[in-house]
Parts: sequence; C-alpha cells; structure tokens
Amino acid sequence: MAKGKVALKLDNDISTDIIYPGRYMATVLPTETPQFAFADNAGFNQALNEKQVPSGSFIVAGDNFGCGSSREQAASCIKGYDLIVVARNFARIFLQNSINVGLQMIICPEIEAEEGDELEIRDNKVWNLTSGKSFAIEPLPEARQTIIDAGGLIPYARRLLLERG
Amino acid sequence: MGLTYVQKLIARACGRSEVETGEVLELPVHLAMSHENAALVINQFNEIFRDTGREPLVWDPDRIAIIFDHRVPAESSKTATNQKKIRDFVAAQGISRFHDIRGDVGGICHQILPENGYVRPGQILVGTDSHTTTHGALGAFAFGIGATEMAAVWALGSILNVEVPGTIKVVVDGEFPDGVYAKDLILHLVGLLTAEGANFKVIEFHGDTIRSMPTSGRLVLCNMAVEAGATAGIVPPDEETRRYLQEEAGVQDDLEPFAPDADAVYDRVVEIDATRLDPQIACPHTVDNVKPIGDVKGRKIDQIVVGSCTNGRLDDIEIVARTLKGKQVAQGTRLLVFPASWRIYSDALNAGYLRDLIAAGAVVCNPGCGPCLGIHQGALGDNETALATTNRNFKGRMGNPGAEVFLCSPVVAAASALTGCISDPREVN
Repeated sequence: MAKGKVALKLDNDISTDIIYPGRYMATVLPTETPQFAFADNAGFNQALNEKQVPSGSFIVAGDNFGCGSSREQAASCIKGYDLIVVARNFARIFLQNSINVGLQMIICPEIEAEEGDELEIRDNKVWNLTSGKSFAIEPLPEARQTIIDAGGLIPYARRLLLERG
Repeated sequence: MGLTYVQKLIARACGRSEVETGEVLELPVHLAMSHENAALVINQFNEIFRDTGREPLVWDPDRIAIIFDHRVPAESSKTATNQKKIRDFVAAQGISRFHDIRGDVGGICHQILPENGYVRPGQILVGTDSHTTTHGALGAFAFGIGATEMAAVWALGSILNVEVPGTIKVVVDGEFPDGVYAKDLILHLVGLLTAEGANFKVIEFHGDTIRSMPTSGRLVLCNMAVEAGATAGIVPPDEETRRYLQEEAGVQDDLEPFAPDADAVYDRVVEIDATRLDPQIACPHTVDNVKPIGDVKGRKIDQIVVGSCTNGRLDDIEIVARTLKGKQVAQGTRLLVFPASWRIYSDALNAGYLRDLIAAGAVVCNPGCGPCLGIHQGALGDNETALATTNRNFKGRMGNPGAEVFLCSPVVAAASALTGCISDPREVN
C-alpha cells in the first residue's frame, strides 16, 4: 500500500482558490493544470514543478478541504503529481471531483501529522510512522467507491453509455 | 414519516412516494448549466465517447444552458480560444440556451437562468459552478458539480449517485431593521453555521421574513448557502415565486408548487430573529468570519466592488445609486459596479441609476463575474483592502494573495464609498 512523506501540511477550510487560483482557470486540461497547483504558495509550487516532491507524497489538511468554487482544476492539478490528500473531511464538490478524476483522497477524521512525517496507508488506517500513531480511515459510500473502482467517472460513464444502448 | 422539501422533490422526480436521507440515487436532470468551463466539459464529454463507436451527441440540446460570464469580453487569447471552441460545439449540437457575449442576452449565469424563465419549482438543476445553489430561490434542487460530472450528464441525461441530503431548517421571523438586507441575513447565517456547518445538507428557508422577501433577496440567500457548505439552498415556492416567474421571467406554463410535509424530519432547526440583526461584514479570509459592522467600521478601503451573482441585481444597483446620487465617491477609493446581466444594465440605464453612479465617480463595467474571482478586471494591489458585495473573500480571491477582501451588502458598500472606509449606512447621510 501507499507509503510516503508529508510534503505539505495545511489548515482547515482550504479553498479551491488556494489550491488553484482563479486567474489560471482558462487552463483546463488535466495535462496542463499541474503547473499552477498551489501557485500562491511559491515555494511548494516550485518544488512541484521542479519534481522535488515524489509521487505518492501526502498533503495533510484539516476540515473542509477543497471548499468554494467547483473548479475541477483543483483536483486535476494535484492528481497530476500523483499526490495523496489526507484530510479530516472534504467539501462536497471537491470530494466528488477527486473521485471523478481519480485523485486519491482519504477521509481521516483524527489525522495528526506534520510536514516531513512518513505516512503509510494500511489496513484501513493511516499510520504515522514518525509519531508511531495510527488513525482510522472513514470508508467512502459504496456508490462513490464504484466509480473509483471503475478508474474514474469517464470509464464508468462510458460503460453506462454502452450498457444503456 | 414526513419529507423535507428536497426529499419530496427527489421522490417526485423518481416517481416514488418517499426517499430516505443518505440513500444514493440516480436523478433525472431538467437543466444542465455551464459557463466558460464548458471547454473542459467538452473535452471530458468527447473522452466518454472515445472508442465507443458512438457519435458524441448530447442527450438533449434544449436542456443545456451555456452562458459566458467569467471572462467577458475575453481577457486573453487562451480564453477567447476556449470561448470559440464552445461556440462551435454549441452550433454543432444545436444547444438552444446559449448566452454569448452580447448586450441583448448576456450576463452572469445565475441571473440569466432566473430572468429568462429557465428555472421552475421542482426541477433538478445542475451547474458547473458552486453558486448554482442560487436557483433554489425558485424551488428547484440546484447544486454545483465538476466538469467531468457534467460531461456524464451531457452523455446520459442524469446525475449519477446523488445522496439524498439531510435538511437544515432555517426559520427567520420579523422585519429587517433599517440598513439590514438579505445579504446581512445570509452572512449572519454562514457565520453561525460555519463554512462547513451545512456540508452535504440542504438549507430550507422558512418564516415570515422569507415569505415577505422578494425573489431578488431569496436569490441572495440561496446563492450563499454554499458558503456554509450546503449542497443547496431552497425557498419552498409560494405566491411570490409565481409572481416573479410570470411577471419578471415571462413564464406562461402552469406551475405546481408543493411544500415540505408538516411532519418533515430536519437534521437541525435554526431560528433567527430578523429584528435583532445589524449590517454584517465577512472579514478576511473566510466567509464565516462574520462580524457586526460595529466591530470593523472605520477600516480604510481601497476598492469597492458592487455586483456579482450575489448582489448585482437591479434593487442592489438602485440602492447604491440612490445613496450616491449628487455625492462623490471618496478620494483614494475606487468604486466598481458590475450589473449582473445586460437586462439589469439596461433597466439601470433607463432608470438613471448608471448616470448617477458615474457622476459620483463610480466605474460602471460590463456585466460579468468581473473582479469577484480575480481573473479579469479590478485586481487588487499588494496590501490593498477591498469591500465587496460578492460572495467570497478567500486569500487571493481578487487576484492578489497579498490583499484583503471584506464582504457586505450593497447599502454598506455605498455608504463606505462615500467615506472611503467601512461605514454603517445608518450613520452616513
């Protein structure tokens, strides 16, 4: 299962304006959005663009991650680096966008971790290998898990389209 | 067991007698709305059809609405190219509800939909914009979705996997005191519930304050329901809904308003006494950081923005114009006014409001989202402070993470324009 370091620790109520500032919204394609991920956090954006953040690294956040605008770029820009988002909980549209575009996100209501800590996802828990503590993962509703298992909404919708004739 | 408004609406749409909170359903879509982000929707839509041997055709071109509002007229060649791509797609698919950059039919999507009679009580309406919650003001279940989700709607005609939401009942009674409006009520409510307090739930508005509120105010309430995380805001339809749709939106067909059951089960009930409200201000950098105006008045303001899908309607422009008529915007403060649609712009022009605003020193811009999300006009300088009738004050929202945005009602914006600092309209002559 996934194992990696916490590359970025964030607070509660991180809006999609922070994840993907509005001034880059004319850029829409998932292949092009990653360059503007967290653009207002110059240090982290530069580290991402210079490939200093290995895929499988974690972003850890508090409550209501991804609140605000429905812009899907906020999910696709993180997905582009194959980072995993662990948050205490997520805003509704961001959660659904993540599932639809295949961004790995984990709802972990009690998560405690700092930047640099090493995390591992195992046995439905997030293990903080640095602190030695583990935190339960809240499973997704079955209907949402079905889309993840299909590889995202595009293949899932394609299958429905063909089945329905 | 009784059903809340949204539960009853979903049950009716599915042809069932009842539904349960948390149940996951595929729902039919009556209207699917997008703006410039239709460029991404088109890309994902074509992806769904790739290698299927099917021609990529939308399920119903009369149930899709596309409105250009986020960057109008285009601020860059990239935006112009996206808009061109969308225009071509609209023509090829025969999408009928298309609102291009035009002075006769253009405007912000959340004003265009109501004023053209596209929204009806009982509808399920999805939009690739989080403020799609606005349309609950007319009794629709209206909520924001992402672009890929919309691509699936265009392909299948339904919205997959919607969890039947729980409902928070908000009961507001009493008359607003002088200087207090729908905007103050919703800011107060967002502060009370917090930015995540209504996550995955619907806010259903009741009480005599709501019953006597015109649709323009109800649109403000439902617009900002999403700032408390709500999936949707809803005002159960009534005589005012019928009046608005028939008199202002030109709707001729029969409406079938319905109400939540008297014994509906709510997750939470919040009661608000409107008579006790002061003008409210949302302070940087979250919408739930709400304070009564007395706590923040006197703060110097560099730029004031009146407009947006929240507060760019005719009554908003009217109150600002009346407050400023024959007076001047304070030196050192910029006042930008963005009517929410060209119909409103035209009405404000005919009523003389725009003339009075310009004479006072305001800059009247073309309808659109403008500076609200920091991508087009009216960006802020480093360490500048803005006061806006818009809906979000997140760090960086108006284009500069080194600036601050305070949110308020139109009358507070107008009073503050005269003084150059956050001012209580009850204290400004």
